[in-house]
Amino acid sequence: MANLSINFAGIKSPNPFWLASGPPTNTGEQVARAFEMGWGGAVWKTIGRPIVNVSSRLGGLDEADRRMVGLSNIELISDRPIETNFREIAEVKKRFPDRAVVASLMLDSEKEWHDMVRRSEDAGADGLELNFGCPHGMCERGMGSAVGQEPAVVRKITSWVKKAARVPVLVKLTPNITDIREPATAAVEAGADGLVLINTVRSMIGVDLDRLVPVPSVAGRGTPGGYSGPAVKPIALHMVSALARDPRISVPISGIGGINTWRDAAEFIALGSTSVQICTAVMHHGFRIIEDLVEGLSNYLDEKEMTSVNELIGRVARTVGEWGELELGYKVAADIDPDTCIGCQVCYVSCRDGGHSAIHLPEDALTPGHLAPRRPIITERLAAATETASPGSADSSRRRAHSVSTARTGYRVPWVDQTQCVGCNLCSLVCPVHGCITMREIASKQ
Amino acid sequence: MSDRFQLRSQRTELVFADLKALYSRAEALAEAQRCLYCYDAPCTKACPTRIDVPGFVRKIATGNLKGAARTILEANVLGFSCARVCPVDVLCAGACVLSLQYRPPIEIGRLQRYATEPFVGTSFFGRPLAKRTGRKIALVGSGPASLACSFHLVGLGHESVIFEKRAVPGGLNLSGIAPYKMHAHDCLRETEWILSSGIELRTGVEIGKDVSCERLVTEYDAVFVGVGMGKDSSLGIPGENVPGVLSAIEMIERIKLDASLSLDGLESAAVIGGGNTATDVARELAHLGVADVSILYRRTESEMPGYAHELKAARAAGVRFIEKTLPVRILEEKGRLKGLVVARAEKARPVPGTEREFEAQMVVIAIGQAGEAGVVSKFPGVKCDSNGRVIVDEKTGRTGNPRIFAGGDCVNGGKEVVNAVADGKRAAIEIDKTLKG
Repeated sequence: MANLSINFAGIKSPNPFWLASGPPTNTGEQVARAFEMGWGGAVWKTIGRPIVNVSSRLGGLDEADRRMVGLSNIELISDRPIETNFREIAEVKKRFPDRAVVASLMLDSEKEWHDMVRRSEDAGADGLELNFGCPHGMCERGMGSAVGQEPAVVRKITSWVKKAARVPVLVKLTPNITDIREPATAAVEAGADGLVLINTVRSMIGVDLDRLVPVPSVAGRGTPGGYSGPAVKPIALHMVSALARDPRISVPISGIGGINTWRDAAEFIALGSTSVQICTAVMHHGFRIIEDLVEGLSNYLDEKEMTSVNELIGRVARTVGEWGELELGYKVAADIDPDTCIGCQVCYVSCRDGGHSAIHLPEDALTPGHLAPRRPIITERLAAATETASPGSADSSRRRAHSVSTARTGYRVPWVDQTQCVGCNLCSLVCPVHGCITMREIASKQ
Repeated sequence: MSDRFQLRSQRTELVFADLKALYSRAEALAEAQRCLYCYDAPCTKACPTRIDVPGFVRKIATGNLKGAARTILEANVLGFSCARVCPVDVLCAGACVLSLQYRPPIEIGRLQRYATEPFVGTSFFGRPLAKRTGRKIALVGSGPASLACSFHLVGLGHESVIFEKRAVPGGLNLSGIAPYKMHAHDCLRETEWILSSGIELRTGVEIGKDVSCERLVTEYDAVFVGVGMGKDSSLGIPGENVPGVLSAIEMIERIKLDASLSLDGLESAAVIGGGNTATDVARELAHLGVADVSILYRRTESEMPGYAHELKAARAAGVRFIEKTLPVRILEEKGRLKGLVVARAEKARPVPGTEREFEAQMVVIAIGQAGEAGVVSKFPGVKCDSNGRVIVDEKTGRTGNPRIFAGGDCVNGGKEVVNAVADGKRAAIEIDKTLKG
């Protein structure tokens, strides 16, 4: 069993999975329940001067059968009394001394910051997270992403907090910026002990075409929100890896953005995150996802013969570089497995119209120089798809469990002409059958 | 796998292929990704052993197969068998909320097989042994109920000894499962694997004959009775002892385990009964090439205890279902079976004057099994009801004797493997509570 515990800038937790600051960490009751279920840490819902939140607050992006692959919110920081939040932080910390409890803060004057640092530490918080990233509602007040977008302001506030803080200070960054390395280095130079990214991406999630109002709408009006969920993961992975690769960034990174499964978490860790934070997936499925997160990561590390999370941190970050450093002589080409192909021909049309026309159908006339596969194009399996399975025969070939009652339409297995294939991956990305199209290395012509 | 138990290599059942092939990875992922990951899910509530179905399906979707197997096997150690033999249409999959959207329910059984099959026979149960309690429990019978009960008891630190009167363990799960659902060798593989978690098995020992019930009660701290059901009930009509008249359990067992069964030249068979055993045996005979297989049932189709989906599958195999028909005597000619005399039945009673001849070269009787009251009642303080089923407290599985528990078919009169597993778990929890005071 691999060791999942981490030490993030001095903040210890039994596993790298923390709840990100947001609705799931709004109350002590929620955080305590999450800890009971095995979460390693929690960043409290941001505490600041009390505000009023609007109704409604969220909008979702769906994709076919999958609901909420993206989520946009216009919620502000905690709308509960400051003393209630600190009292509950103290209670949770007392009940779960081995978990990481981080107080997220957002204020404007130095005096207020110092006051809140003291109160957070008095409550027993293991660390502070400075929310410089909220893209809506708070920036108009000179806070949130208005801070994160100005390296000079990041530097100033981080220094204020560092003057007063005894616990580690983490700076949470906004992705709504040209170059993430600028605010990040400003924070590190000002003494930040760790970086947290990404906060949400400024967005308009959609329009209600019936009522002709934006989504979400508040009494018929809307405002740009903060985008999160699976859809933002690539943006987050890029920014995390950009910082992990930057020699000026010497502090640990806590990765956030679209983490839904242990695989997503492992990707963040491999690109340089020490801990990962999750909010939207919990809002979608509940705290119960922790079981698979912990177990899945643990099994993965065992399979890779790694003894701790630390061995995975940044493993892949060092393989990311500039485009100009890439090997131009290297070549892969697609290969379609006729035994698992279901004959949908989606790869064929996508390669023909949006790729390099390297995929052909069985009856395509061959021009000289083309390579055709030396195997049956229509597999026995597809040919048999019109027959019903009969358990009375000892035929050991893979049978359909259900009878396919289609006419003999002639399922066609496309084939790849590897001399034409540029190895772009497109066909393997659109194929509905996991593992049917693989990209194989072609010996380079030296 | 050990070579401790041998099955015959030329068994009739081996001509049957799996009705549902093992999913490929692509198929499993595609199916798992359809799951909505319900909370407090109806599929889980429909499972007698309460497997966290959405939890294990999600783990398949994320590629955490080992975790999926753990989720299944912690709730139901016979999860591999159940994946293959459970009537999912009337249990978990039947409860799937997707049906309410007119979408096909998740193929939970096939996903469960995909998640468990790679681990059967591996060191998956390499669990650190719980602190030994020094307590010993005897289990009678080695079917699913006793296997599940002993597995949990060993996990709690108690010593478990299973007594099996036959040479090979597994009970009806070994000898009574339709071969297109699961072959005997797969059942045996799973049984040996469960035993390898630290359970002692003594085969060829019949309780009440080789070892007395009293001795068991005095030598062990608790006893679990999981003896299953007894012999097939008979019709009680003239001519039942003519060769060619067989009992269903015996017939299925011969198909499963026997190498000498020959159905050459057999053109017609009549199966008597309306339960799942009747539909199973009829379907097996049809698949084995018997041209004319009929099920004769004394009530109407809507009243039959067997599952509608099983009858549908039997019909698809060519079986005829004849309702409201009762056999009144066996027809023989020169000592050989010729068929039956049947009558139309009203309210399961023959209507006089409606008798007719019904030709069949084989008659299989599948009208239920008797209880094992003979063995069971030898245990002091244990009572059976008028049907020969052991009377237990529903919450605990405890019999009239505070140290004797029972579960599985001998209590419920013959349900599914999954019910037996649930009974075994129930008793294990209660035995542990009792022993730890």
